[in-house]
Amino acid sequence: MEIKVACEYDIVIARSAAKTEAKKLGFTIVDQTRIATAISELARNIVVHGSDGIVRIEEIEKGDRKGLEIWAIDRGPGIENIELALKDGWTSGGGLGIGLGGAKRLMDEFEIQSEVGKGTKVRVVKWMRN
Amino acid sequence: MKSEEKIPILRIEDALLASIQIPLHDKLALEFQHDLMVSIEKTRAKGLIIDISAIDVVDSFITRILVEIARMASLMGVKTVIVGLRPEISITLVEFGVQFDGIETALNLEKGLEKLRVWKSK
Repeated sequence: MEIKVACEYDIVIARSAAKTEAKKLGFTIVDQTRIATAISELARNIVVHGSDGIVRIEEIEKGDRKGLEIWAIDRGPGIENIELALKDGWTSGGGLGIGLGGAKRLMDEFEIQSEVGKGTKVRVVKWMRN
Repeated sequence: MKSEEKIPILRIEDALLASIQIPLHDKLALEFQHDLMVSIEKTRAKGLIIDISAIDVVDSFITRILVEIARMASLMGVKTVIVGLRPEISITLVEFGVQFDGIETALNLEKGLEKLRVWKSK
């Protein structure tokens, strides 16, 4: 599933979609909330920093484990210093400065690629507990 | 979902009660903050209760809005209690690393009112 993210309303659409998918897969309510909160931050990052972008939600499998993989991709200005951007308390968008780092803590896997002037790609995964 | 949305502000005892039932966005949040402060002035309310039991995601944006509301109300001499944090929200907020700085919380509306009454009697 792919959701276009260009304005604030899309943030709600993206996180609701992620929550619905998580619920369908059988994630607990706490995991659904973790996923939805992380996606809310990633989608907000797109809106605040990127010009526009997408959130892609996919079911994945590894062995007998099921999980949810979510990509947040934008064509915004990119992040110059990723380490700094992941640090709590650092913000360039007027938020609380825990967005990216917080999203990382809520998920099991977190990868970020960014190129200044081209955009940012974030991939997060949450695995179901067997 | 645009522009005509509003979060109703009700009077309960000598406090104001606002229950957030729809997802907040920037414009709505700013209007909500403004409406709350105007209502505080108009009603001379002594306390403010914000019910977030209908919210299923509390991200850094909504946390910032709530912290700001509590600070603004405090400048007007009014105590704020946030009520209705669901278990999954509390768990997520702590893991997420959000600080509810200076925000008082209570399990539900009843407990929130109790908290305001205790403050008043002090």
